[in-house]
Amino acid sequence: MSNPVLAQFMTEFLAGRLRLVDLTQTLAPEFPTIVLPPEFGQAWPFRIEEISRYDERGPAWYWNNFSMSEHTGTHFDAPVHWVSGKDLPDNTVDSIPVENFIAAACVIDVSAESAENPDFLLTIDYVKRWEEQHGRIPERAWVLLRTDWSKRVTPKEYLNMAEDGAHSPGPDAEVVPWLIRERNVHGFGTESVGTDAGQAHHLNPPYPCHYFMHGNNRYGLQCLTNLDQLPPQGALIFAAPLKIRNGSGSPLRVMAIVTNG
Amino acid sequence: MTDPLVKPKKKNPVERTRLPTRPPAPRSRAAQGLTRAAAEGVFEMQTCGDCGALQYPPREVCHQCLSERLVWKDADPRGTLIATTVLRHSNDLYFRERLPWKVGTVKMAAGPSVVAHVHEDCAEGGAVRLALKLDRSGQAVLHALPEKDTPNMNDAPQLRESTCDPKFRRVLVSDGKSAMGLAVARAMLDAGANAVFLGDPTSWKTVKAFDALVASDPRVQPVELDVTDTDSVDRLAASIGGKVEILVNTAAYLRDGGILGRKDVILARDAFEVNVLGMMRLAQAFGPGMGFRAADGSNNAVAWVNILSIHALAALPARGAWSASMAAALSAAQTLRAEFAGAGVRVMNVFPGPIDEEWEQLTPPPKLAPAAVAKAIVQGLQGGLEDVYVGDIAEELRTRLRENHKAVERELGQ
Amino acid sequence: MSAPRTRLGYDGVVAVMPVTIPYARYSTRSAHWWLGRALGELIRGSGLAKAAVDGVCVSSFTLGPDTAVGLMQHLGMSPRWLDHIPMGGASGVVALRRASRAVQAGDAEVIACIAGDTNHVDSFRNTVSQFSRFAQDAVYPYGAGGPNASFALLTDHYMKQYGATREDFGKLCVAQRENALRNPHALMKKPLTLAQYIDARPITDPIHLFDCVMPCAGAEGFLVMTEERARAMKLPFVRIGSTIERHNAFPDDPIQFRGGWAMDRDALYEHAAVAPADVDFVETYDDYPVINMLQFEDLGFCAKGEAPAFVREHDFTIAGSFPFNTSGGQLSVGQAGAAGGYLGMVQAMRQLTDSAGATQIEGARVGLVSGFGMINYDRGLCSGAAILERGQA
Repeated sequence: MSNPVLAQFMTEFLAGRLRLVDLTQTLAPEFPTIVLPPEFGQAWPFRIEEISRYDERGPAWYWNNFSMSEHTGTHFDAPVHWVSGKDLPDNTVDSIPVENFIAAACVIDVSAESAENPDFLLTIDYVKRWEEQHGRIPERAWVLLRTDWSKRVTPKEYLNMAEDGAHSPGPDAEVVPWLIRERNVHGFGTESVGTDAGQAHHLNPPYPCHYFMHGNNRYGLQCLTNLDQLPPQGALIFAAPLKIRNGSGSPLRVMAIVTNG
Repeated sequence: MTDPLVKPKKKNPVERTRLPTRPPAPRSRAAQGLTRAAAEGVFEMQTCGDCGALQYPPREVCHQCLSERLVWKDADPRGTLIATTVLRHSNDLYFRERLPWKVGTVKMAAGPSVVAHVHEDCAEGGAVRLALKLDRSGQAVLHALPEKDTPNMNDAPQLRESTCDPKFRRVLVSDGKSAMGLAVARAMLDAGANAVFLGDPTSWKTVKAFDALVASDPRVQPVELDVTDTDSVDRLAASIGGKVEILVNTAAYLRDGGILGRKDVILARDAFEVNVLGMMRLAQAFGPGMGFRAADGSNNAVAWVNILSIHALAALPARGAWSASMAAALSAAQTLRAEFAGAGVRVMNVFPGPIDEEWEQLTPPPKLAPAAVAKAIVQGLQGGLEDVYVGDIAEELRTRLRENHKAVERELGQ
Repeated sequence: MSAPRTRLGYDGVVAVMPVTIPYARYSTRSAHWWLGRALGELIRGSGLAKAAVDGVCVSSFTLGPDTAVGLMQHLGMSPRWLDHIPMGGASGVVALRRASRAVQAGDAEVIACIAGDTNHVDSFRNTVSQFSRFAQDAVYPYGAGGPNASFALLTDHYMKQYGATREDFGKLCVAQRENALRNPHALMKKPLTLAQYIDARPITDPIHLFDCVMPCAGAEGFLVMTEERARAMKLPFVRIGSTIERHNAFPDDPIQFRGGWAMDRDALYEHAAVAPADVDFVETYDDYPVINMLQFEDLGFCAKGEAPAFVREHDFTIAGSFPFNTSGGQLSVGQAGAAGGYLGMVQAMRQLTDSAGATQIEGARVGLVSGFGMINYDRGLCSGAAILERGQA
């Protein structure tokens, strides 16, 4: 027996009243990965080698091998990624309940502030002001930080390295536990290379978004794009990481369903 | 006096490119003793271990006492040029394209008479010094050179056929952001390179010395190049592959760490990714084009330089994964040498001891300044060498390896 | 120690039946074809049964991969004596030397000495590039000039050392060409003037075009047998006065300015009981003119370094004051590989049996044939000479 909700969804979708927005960056070798001090282990960037292309290596078919880390390109962070989440239940990409791969999204637009100040930090006050304008963040929703960072095309602009390291926006150390405690958010997503700000090393605790989100079994999404095509509220996110055994995260295709017009 | 080499004109893009040919390559096994000496830039002759007679051409036994104890020893390279001829005809394609060609007979002070390529600044009847050099087939040949250096002598076309002088050539430095890459680029500019393509593997990272070098000399062209990224290597080859006449692979990955003490092979893999597979990627992308241009005028493609380490020959267990990648890189370089032989592009391997750079911070001195290694590379290219050992540590380790490689193994493991 | 042994004479042994298979600039045949034809000519011309030839001596550069052994099966021969002489320009003298002793000792009754080579369009390059191990290791990589380059160095040295001029070399070449115009087998059919010689294009300084022999295909041969048999068969014959050979002479000379003849010439003349002045004509090995000069000196016609003056004093044509290379020599006849080492021998036999046709020297009684071969590295290693005498009954 068909489900009327899904049938109605398909009707709306085919009629163009619902639209899919692709929030994913193209996987390409030159897309930057997070930079750690060189003495630490490093995430592999995306690398691709042709297996065959209708040639002597395979006359009628084209395919590639690729390699990358779990945290390369547009990717999902599971709670186990951070030491604060290491002992939580269902904290790996293969054990996360599949229901958690669909969630609503609130998009907080800080693009103007980020353009002014690449070290812009999202605060509780800022979120409260946003809620005054766009409504309260519902339970179990992704909070996505629109910084327009994805419009920085070159790796240099995107990573925005200076002598003292990367400079990119993110949440401050207070707003993250507040979002979890007060709004019970599903996770936090950004356009930049990490969920934390470029200079988050200097916050207390360092990398608060990783520390608190994963420590509370919440998720992260980073290297998102097209957030400017989403409404502040009302989009639905489909973000299912690859089912990697004990995986700490995974590259994935992130799709948003939005109403048109 | 040799006419100075004229800076080559820009190539007419619709002109046919002369394909490489190579001088006669067959040699007896004994004659390869000359090749070994030439590859390292030393002058050695076959000498009898019993009666001390020096002989040429190389033989299987001593021509005086018939002893089979023949050794290769440093020899006095001085001699007198007692006859010369200028060839205006040759039976070989390679020489036909390079006529006229001067050869002569040199009576060595050490005894035998030898037939040698004769430098244009040598006077018949006069004193000369002999040098063993590799020709474009990679085999040793004797060159009679003026007794003392003459102006522009390295520009003489016959001698330039045996060398890989950076003068007026275009050089790709694969990683121009490392201390070594920067030093090599500067040395190439100083040696008269026409252009240096300076590879940038981390375009997101600002390296002031890199920017300063790019700004300092219009011959420097920064190019994005990450040897771990096939796409990046292919893209660059598609853009400048036809202009690279010397490629110096400075991309390097050095980290401490053995094998048993680690939980993963990621470090090893990263090392192989850069040091071995990176070289192979560069070779696959740039090699065919260089081979195609190996006889293309006075700025023909001539050399492929790998900066390895003396530990390519003997593992340093404290850097076991890296050592393994160096040994693999050496092996790959040997294959490249064989594969480039048809075109006559020289593969020069550089074996330095420890280099004074960030990853060798805790290595006690002596350490080599990158500029010293770069200088050795330029000299190696100018001399037409194939193997360059740089620094006291490299030389010492090499000597000790010859004496007792098992002792070296034990001692490096301590 | 006993006193030096005296060498036996060549009594009772003679050479007969000089044959030439006319040369061709290029041939599509193999060396076997040329050698087979020479043997055929010897057998048919002498009237011997094929099986009566019980010894064979072969010289060839292009017979490979076969040797004289394989050639015997190829030609259907079952000799009881077989030799393969790889001595290039010295092959003719050495073949005579070996064969005459074998016949004298009774190891064979009739020995066919044959030398021949084919010349494909690319044979010369192949021969030169793989001529010897030392050539491969230490000469060919230096410009691949082949013998031109090696002889250019000797010539350059000789000219500077002894004052020889191109005109001197030219005089010999012009005289040889004049002789060649009387020889129907010579490939060079046009007269050569000294001016043409001097103006010829340089090949490898100081060697110019007319200093070089022209490689070609061809074969030469003769028979060695007892005098008794030659008389019985009514074959005109020549006697062997004496022979010498020497290999790798003067290895310490920094560059070649003399050959092995200088070591052995006294023995040569003494054994034959003749003096240089008794010699009616000389057939030298003339791959390059400078080598003629070396032979004039080393065979005692003038002192070392005096060949240029000797050349200026004499006329080298058939009718001249020093008849020399009366066939035209290789310089004008062509160099058919190892057959070049037989050219002088066969021509001398013709002179001494009155069968030299238009090249005949009136009343020639004593001839000297000289051979030189194998630039293994920087110099010719093999030298040989024979004094032949008219074999009148």
